[in-house]
Amino acid sequence: MRFLSNGALERLRNGAETPDLAGTRYRLLERIARGGMGVVYAAEDESLQRRVALKVVDVPGTDGDLANRLIREARVLAALEHPGIVPVHDVGTLADGRVFYTMKFVGGQRLDDYVGSVASVPDRLRIFLRICDAVAFAHARGVLHRDLKPANIMVELFGEVLVMDWGLAKVLRGEVVNRAPEADPDATVFENPKQPTRAGDVSEISVVTGHGTVMGTPGYMSPEQARGDVDRLDARSDIYSLGALLRFLLTGQPEAAPNSADPRLEKSLAAICAKSTSASPADRYPTVQELAQDVSRYLDGLAVGAHRETVLERAGRFYRRYRFFILLIAAYLAMRVLILLFMHR
Amino acid sequence: MSEEDFQPGGDRFPPTRRSVIEAVRSIDAEERERALEALCTAYWKPIYKYVRWRWNRPANDAQDLTQGFFSELLERELLDKFDSNKSRLRTYLRVCVDSFVINEDKAGRRQKRGGSIPHVALDFAAAEEELGATVIDPAKIASPESLEEFFEKEWVRSLFALAVEDLRTLCEERDRARTFRLFEAYDLDGDERSSYQQLSKDYGISVTDVTNALAWARREFRKIALDRLRELCGGEDEFQREARAAFGWDSK
Repeated sequence: MRFLSNGALERLRNGAETPDLAGTRYRLLERIARGGMGVVYAAEDESLQRRVALKVVDVPGTDGDLANRLIREARVLAALEHPGIVPVHDVGTLADGRVFYTMKFVGGQRLDDYVGSVASVPDRLRIFLRICDAVAFAHARGVLHRDLKPANIMVELFGEVLVMDWGLAKVLRGEVVNRAPEADPDATVFENPKQPTRAGDVSEISVVTGHGTVMGTPGYMSPEQARGDVDRLDARSDIYSLGALLRFLLTGQPEAAPNSADPRLEKSLAAICAKSTSASPADRYPTVQELAQDVSRYLDGLAVGAHRETVLERAGRFYRRYRFFILLIAAYLAMRVLILLFMHR
Repeated sequence: MSEEDFQPGGDRFPPTRRSVIEAVRSIDAEERERALEALCTAYWKPIYKYVRWRWNRPANDAQDLTQGFFSELLERELLDKFDSNKSRLRTYLRVCVDSFVINEDKAGRRQKRGGSIPHVALDFAAAEEELGATVIDPAKIASPESLEEFFEKEWVRSLFALAVEDLRTLCEERDRARTFRLFEAYDLDGDERSSYQQLSKDYGISVTDVTNALAWARREFRKIALDRLRELCGGEDEFQREARAAFGWDSK
């Protein structure tokens, strides 16, 4: 038996990992990332002469579980045609038997890298609303993402926001509803609706136990998801993650400050975050649309549903909203007073 | 298109090799022996090297301890106590080796063994030569992590070397001796200067033929290595974890 040097071990490992694209229309370019199920590569679609992302499973299972999950992920993506969700192009099997799918190659930056370049709170909130749009659409099709976090959001060169990595997605109905969602905002109704009664150190890695009971990312994962209560998850679990994402966008951390009043946030925004990330699903927003509406109301200078204002706060908000007109009227009145004083002299 | 269209054919583990852990508990004596042989074939070299390095034993002592360990594994039916839900087989065996060496030292016994271990040719001279060729940083303190790392690396080396031998046999059976030579030249003995172009010149074939041959060999090597690995794991979860560790898919 021959001795294998460390260099040979490394080459064997690389050779075993690199997907064999013979017989496909793709040409391998480079490795981009590793996910829970497999590896994502940049590849060139030689027929259409465009760059795509190719995701392929790494370890085979006796029962083909990983392969089936990848196929499922591709099909979920295929059913979710939305500008905020990365489109899937193709699915198939490589010569070495591994299942793969290709999707749009997304350039740009991950949200956690991008957010530093967005200075204003309103701009950050507008990004958040675009994420909400995509997630609400998926919910309307009966799909939960279950792993919403900054690393799974990409912002492209022209500001397009894309929700990525649907590998942990849960289909709430038997199959993804493959039709346009109804205009009715109450379309986020699931077949079997359930009514279930550390800052700065958040792992980027989704937690997947050996038995797949706990899947998600600490800090962004709802308590019921962290308990592995998979059967009881509904849209409100994603709403918890969206709340953590919103807090991350505004403070840099997905979790609330240890004291009850978060000094990093305005009261209305803190209340929206707190409501979204309530421990009990019943206390959260029932739908993503309602969460998005509250954020939009804040952006428009209106009262948000999550926070009951004092008279002083209401006056302050009124002033901020109509500052221009209030100052204009005040200037007009001041002028009138000055003119009157001048005329009486 | 149905889901079956995408069912992975070649990459799904064909249930040809039974886990050694299951087999070793079998009531069939032949099956038990085959399982122990497979285990011994894959692990004797990493264990020998580990005893030499971790316990700083001279070659003769390490040889006796390695053989003694496998005898003990049989006599005390240590594999029956292994639970794949609690640890990896690899880690379990390493801990067993440590206990065995400590107990042997305490009892002050060291005897020539080998009669009762499975019929596996233990080429200690080759292992010794390999140990000499392995770069070990002497300044490295033998922390539990570095010991685990050393044992894992030697275990992967042993696993891959066995898979390479299987591939050689497969190539011979399928009349693909040239394919194996190309694989050997590029993947086993190659360096940064190796290229498909050079191989195509050396062997008088087209670059496409080199590419196809290497793709085939790598595909088969991957299948064989995973197949062997499956045999050495206690269950599906352990297999998934060990495959990621062996192929370095966790660390990349």
